[in-house]
Amino acid sequence: MKRQLILEDGTTFTGEAFGDLSEKQGEIVFNTGMTGYQEILSDPSYCGQIVTMTYPLIGNYGVNRDDFESIHPSVFGLVVKELCDAPSNFRTEETLDHFLKTKGIPAISGIDTRKLTKIIRKHGTMRAILTEADKEIISAPTFVDTMTDQVKRVSTKNPYVVPGRGHRVVLVDFGMKHGILRDLTKRNCHVTVVPYNYTADQILELKPEGIMLTNGPGDPKDVPEAIDMIQAIMPHVPVFGICLGHQLISLASGADTEKMRFGHRGSNHPVKDLTIGKTHMTSQNHGYAVRRESLEGTDLELTHIAINDDSVEGVRHKQYPTFCVQYHPESSPGPEDTTYLFDQFMTNIQTAKRMNKEAL
Amino acid sequence: MPKRTDIKKILVIGSGPIIIGQAAEFDYSGTQACQALREEGYTVILANSNPATIMTDHTVADTVYMEPLTVEYLSKIIQKERPDAILPTLGGQTGLNLAIALEESGILEKYPTEMLGTSLDAIQLAEDREKFRQLMHDLNEPVPESAIVNTVDEALAFAEEIGFPLIVRPAYTLGGSGGGMCYNEADLREITRSGLQYSPVNQCLIERNIAGFKEIEYEVMRDKNDQAIVVCNMENIDPVGIHTGDSIVVAPSQTLSDREYQMLRNASLKIIRALEIEGGCNVQLALDPNSFDYYIIEVNPRVSRSSALASKATGYPIAKIAAKIAIGLTLDEIKNPVTETTYSAFEPALDYVVTKFPRFPFDKFTSGNRTLGTQMKATGEVMAIGRTFEESFLKGIRSLDFNDDDFYLPECEELSDSDLLEQVVKADDRRIFVLAELLRRQYDLEKIFELTKIDRFFLVKLNKIIQLELELKEAQLTEALLLKAKRMGFSDRQLERITSLTEDDIYEMRMTHHIRPVYKMVDTCAAEFESSTPYFYSSYEEEQESIVSDRKKVIVIGSGPIRIGQGIEFDYATVHSVLALKEMGYEAIIMNSNPETVSTDFSVSDKLYFEPLTLEDVMHVVALEKPVGVIVQFGGQTAINLAEGLTRRGVTILGTDLEAIDRAEDRDKFEQLLTSLNIPQPRGESVKALDEAKAVASRIGYPVLVRPSYVIGGSQMEIVYNDNELEHYLKKTTHIKRKHPVLVDKYLTGIEVEVDAISDTETTIIPGIMEHIERAGVHSGDSIAVYPTQRLNKRIKDQIIETTIRIAKALDIKGLINIQFVVHEDHVYVLEVNPRASRTIPFLSKITDVTMANIATRAIMGEKIKDLGYEEGLLEEASHVSVKVPVFSFQKLKSVDTILGPEMKSTGEAIGRDKTLAKALFKGLVASGIDIPFEGSVLFTVADKDKAEATEIALGFQQLGFDIYATEGTANHLTNQGVKAIKVDKIGSDQENVLSLIEKNTVHFVVNTLTSGNKPLSDGFKIRRAAVEHGIASLTSLDTARAILNVIDQTTFQACPVVVNQEVIR
Repeated sequence: MKRQLILEDGTTFTGEAFGDLSEKQGEIVFNTGMTGYQEILSDPSYCGQIVTMTYPLIGNYGVNRDDFESIHPSVFGLVVKELCDAPSNFRTEETLDHFLKTKGIPAISGIDTRKLTKIIRKHGTMRAILTEADKEIISAPTFVDTMTDQVKRVSTKNPYVVPGRGHRVVLVDFGMKHGILRDLTKRNCHVTVVPYNYTADQILELKPEGIMLTNGPGDPKDVPEAIDMIQAIMPHVPVFGICLGHQLISLASGADTEKMRFGHRGSNHPVKDLTIGKTHMTSQNHGYAVRRESLEGTDLELTHIAINDDSVEGVRHKQYPTFCVQYHPESSPGPEDTTYLFDQFMTNIQTAKRMNKEAL
Repeated sequence: MPKRTDIKKILVIGSGPIIIGQAAEFDYSGTQACQALREEGYTVILANSNPATIMTDHTVADTVYMEPLTVEYLSKIIQKERPDAILPTLGGQTGLNLAIALEESGILEKYPTEMLGTSLDAIQLAEDREKFRQLMHDLNEPVPESAIVNTVDEALAFAEEIGFPLIVRPAYTLGGSGGGMCYNEADLREITRSGLQYSPVNQCLIERNIAGFKEIEYEVMRDKNDQAIVVCNMENIDPVGIHTGDSIVVAPSQTLSDREYQMLRNASLKIIRALEIEGGCNVQLALDPNSFDYYIIEVNPRVSRSSALASKATGYPIAKIAAKIAIGLTLDEIKNPVTETTYSAFEPALDYVVTKFPRFPFDKFTSGNRTLGTQMKATGEVMAIGRTFEESFLKGIRSLDFNDDDFYLPECEELSDSDLLEQVVKADDRRIFVLAELLRRQYDLEKIFELTKIDRFFLVKLNKIIQLELELKEAQLTEALLLKAKRMGFSDRQLERITSLTEDDIYEMRMTHHIRPVYKMVDTCAAEFESSTPYFYSSYEEEQESIVSDRKKVIVIGSGPIRIGQGIEFDYATVHSVLALKEMGYEAIIMNSNPETVSTDFSVSDKLYFEPLTLEDVMHVVALEKPVGVIVQFGGQTAINLAEGLTRRGVTILGTDLEAIDRAEDRDKFEQLLTSLNIPQPRGESVKALDEAKAVASRIGYPVLVRPSYVIGGSQMEIVYNDNELEHYLKKTTHIKRKHPVLVDKYLTGIEVEVDAISDTETTIIPGIMEHIERAGVHSGDSIAVYPTQRLNKRIKDQIIETTIRIAKALDIKGLINIQFVVHEDHVYVLEVNPRASRTIPFLSKITDVTMANIATRAIMGEKIKDLGYEEGLLEEASHVSVKVPVFSFQKLKSVDTILGPEMKSTGEAIGRDKTLAKALFKGLVASGIDIPFEGSVLFTVADKDKAEATEIALGFQQLGFDIYATEGTANHLTNQGVKAIKVDKIGSDQENVLSLIEKNTVHFVVNTLTSGNKPLSDGFKIRRAAVEHGIASLTSLDTARAILNVIDQTTFQACPVVVNQEVIR
């Protein structure tokens, strides 16, 4: 069955339908990862977006039961050059097509995804519609306004505990990837996952030894309530932020964020850790970034930069044991070069515990 | 970190002659490295004995030494040049082995020279099996159970312990020489014995067989700041068990989930960090298809064939970056040369599928053992890029330039199901075609999987191709179906076979419906960043990315995969043609399909189309670019063969035109040409029946040269001495049966002479005349060529010059021409004319300092040779003597007869250059890998017709103090003539016999000439093979033997008595 993808600028691509057959609007973005489509599709940060995979063969190893980053994928659509209908891998449980059908996610294959990627690169991220092919397109389709409530949609509604015998960490879920939880539990943390709109008091009441602010979808300025919360917790507990968490920490510390032209999405982004003078490959997925100039005059110190465009990839607070990165040290998918940041978080927690003890 | 300022002069070691397992990829990496180092301001001294390379051009390094790659010569270079550092990691295994040997010799300490890139420790850690296993153990990285053995008994003991099947891998050898799979004790005994022999340290690893696992490779890089990245990962379609050089490989991996990808990535990075390599490294892993279990198979602490492939597959120039890292720069400060906006510290993202196919020599070596295993057998490779696996795969198949460019081998159709099944398991070079036939017969995919362990992903894809083929066979070819076929990668020629239409019909139909490919850019980043790399591949997609400029353009066709008869020499000529075009202000566009070469480095040309070299693919580029014309004379026979089709479709062939090509290649027209010019050639006729052949032979007299008409590179050519042999030849080859004409020519013995000339139709210049050491009858590519000539008088030379000029003018040659002559009884005869670049172009260009391909290109484009400052005729000859010595890969090709004849067998060449012929020959022979001893023994076993001549040679060796061994017939003859020959028994005797003599390494040379009949399993064959397998030079031409004798004689001093038996010697 034919299907089409219409971009805000009027460009139309016609291809084959797969996945769900509903019509869907969203922001069109591309990801350059050559593996990891299952993790990408289930990453809540893609809420509201239609993802184009630049690697042309997608679905080769099917979908398995292990590699999900959330229970309910919130991506709005998927665009590929070729869908694999006969996946081959020992963990394969179902085809990608079947998975998308079950989850109600529409998708399109058989289009020139490289052409699409170049359009996005040149014109910046824009809105797009996935729709039936035979539908008469009278003029430009009406695009609905860009969403602002993605975090609310993907964050957990109720707090829950992932018990462990180690440090007590409260994880504020703005659209958490399971990978973050995996890295914390690997370090024996006792994790309490709370909704994005938990207040500082509610969080501190849980007596956390560390607070983890996760990734999440959309514009950080759409989550003002989190900014108040962060300002209130930073003086008390070591904080580690990833992605949206990093942007929120920056906003809470007086810096500013901006929308990027087409963002960073992929598994090959080089980031230099200025504190150790080394470059690592990182997994990234963000459409907003902290403005580098806006760090001036704040209590934030630049610790990580993207070496290709000099954008801000990490900061730390000069007064408080707070640090954060724009990229994804939990990988899933992508390189696992920077998991040492979780160790650093553990160290910060230990140091804080020792100092608290000494203070007593 | 800034680059180092404490070093200024760097010695780069090349990889020497091309052999199986070490081919053109090191010309590419070496050239890139030298250029990168000079770019950074260092003085580069280069040592490489291979004259056919771009690397040894005067423009690549500051000082070039074309000397033998041995400790002795490198020590001399170090002593003379006093480099601050040495970079050995770009010259393949040869470079690494030399680095170890130099270090051990103490020379690097004597003249303080630092090793860059990889430390000696790291080389040993990666190369020494025991140390490597210990390192993996320390890193907690799994390796298959194994044992290091130094004797066959130790191997047997290990087998007792863990059982069969096992793999034997000899230590420190190229491309797995001497190794193999063992299924029983007999295999194990034999393979271990030969493996110990090949290993320079007499060591083998016996390992548990993990055949059937997925074979995955990672190309990784690291800098001194411990920053490490993966440039590319690759998946072999053929699972573990077949050498990766002989496997069909795709990039990136297709069947790995992110978890598997990252798991193997982590392991690879951990290893390069542990080895502290500063540069590139290749890690080969085996992954269990049913779990996360994996093993590390091998680590190459240097750039390799795979890294050349990865560079071309991703656009990321590994060798160039490795060289910059070696001098202290770090990944985050080296610009990505592709985007020019981002940095080299990143991992390329591909948005296409790359397929690599090995190119095997079995079209030449039909009797060779074709079974694939751990010993690499391919001479070269091709790469293809597509937006789907199928497209990439089929483009790769047609890039191989054999078998009608089709995913179909007619001989498979004749096989029974059970034969097919047997062959698909045994796996020889035809396996993929056997697989295709099974799919055509709708054989169960799951069963094929069980037999081959080729991942179901690939089997399903291949099946899609075959299913579409079957659909096309049944249905009328509609526009929609045609488009579907083209998108899947089917070529017009393939469609011609499948449908009832001709290639031209299909082409027309496509043009009517506007079914043409677009070109996509290889940009390392999947279009994430703006990029201006002029590196393209075709695909049936929407957006055209190749922007056509309004400059005047010329397309130069490359030579495709490296194979016997068409080697790196043609890449050299192609590159120089492109450089000349650029100098002249043209936009130089290159088309080629070989990932190993310099010509497919996108920085060489203005635009690179990485495409198959078929009429269809060239036409697509021509249609888009609308060039002034196409140059086909530098890309060997592959390019020349395109002239006909291109002319037919109205494309201008620049330089010598189709008519002239045809007059030189068509037997009848060629004969007419020579007759009209009154130029003598050996008598001969074309025949179609045995009686006719016998009649012709008796008329012109034996010996005669027989061959099918229209042959390339002496394929299936033989010299026969009597009716019996003639009959045998005609029976063995099926030309007569298939009603194809066979040529019977008088075989003239004499000095073979070769000329390369350049003409602009008005002026013809001859940069040099070369004479062959071996008499006519040995293929020119397998002969030792000498420049300047040593045995020709002025009259003969003048006649050769005059004939060359006349032929060039008569053919209206515009560009290069190569003519082979034989000087027989003081007369000059023309044997062959090739209206194109020959294999001697780079050799001759370098020793005469005339960049022939450059001048030829200028002539092709209309410049006058006179205006370039040259006068007609032979250019002034150089004072140094240079020799080109062929290099063979017989050690890697089991069951291939080493006898030299009209059919070419060498894979590469080495140069020797010095003041006298003897010195030049000595160097050339050493550079080619022949050990020249000054004492020892020689084994003679020669045919009756050669006994008289052999006697003189034996006598010569005896006078130099060598012991002479000989088989009975030969020994009797020698003894009668006063040679003290030690008689040895024939094969099969319990006593000391020819084979045991060779096996015990008692002799240093074997002189063996062919007895009549050319039977593959004759004693002679066994002797020659035994010699090769024990690393003993087997000389099958008496001329070579005599040359070696002269070399020893003239490079040594003898004790000469003044009085013998009380008689004074005068």
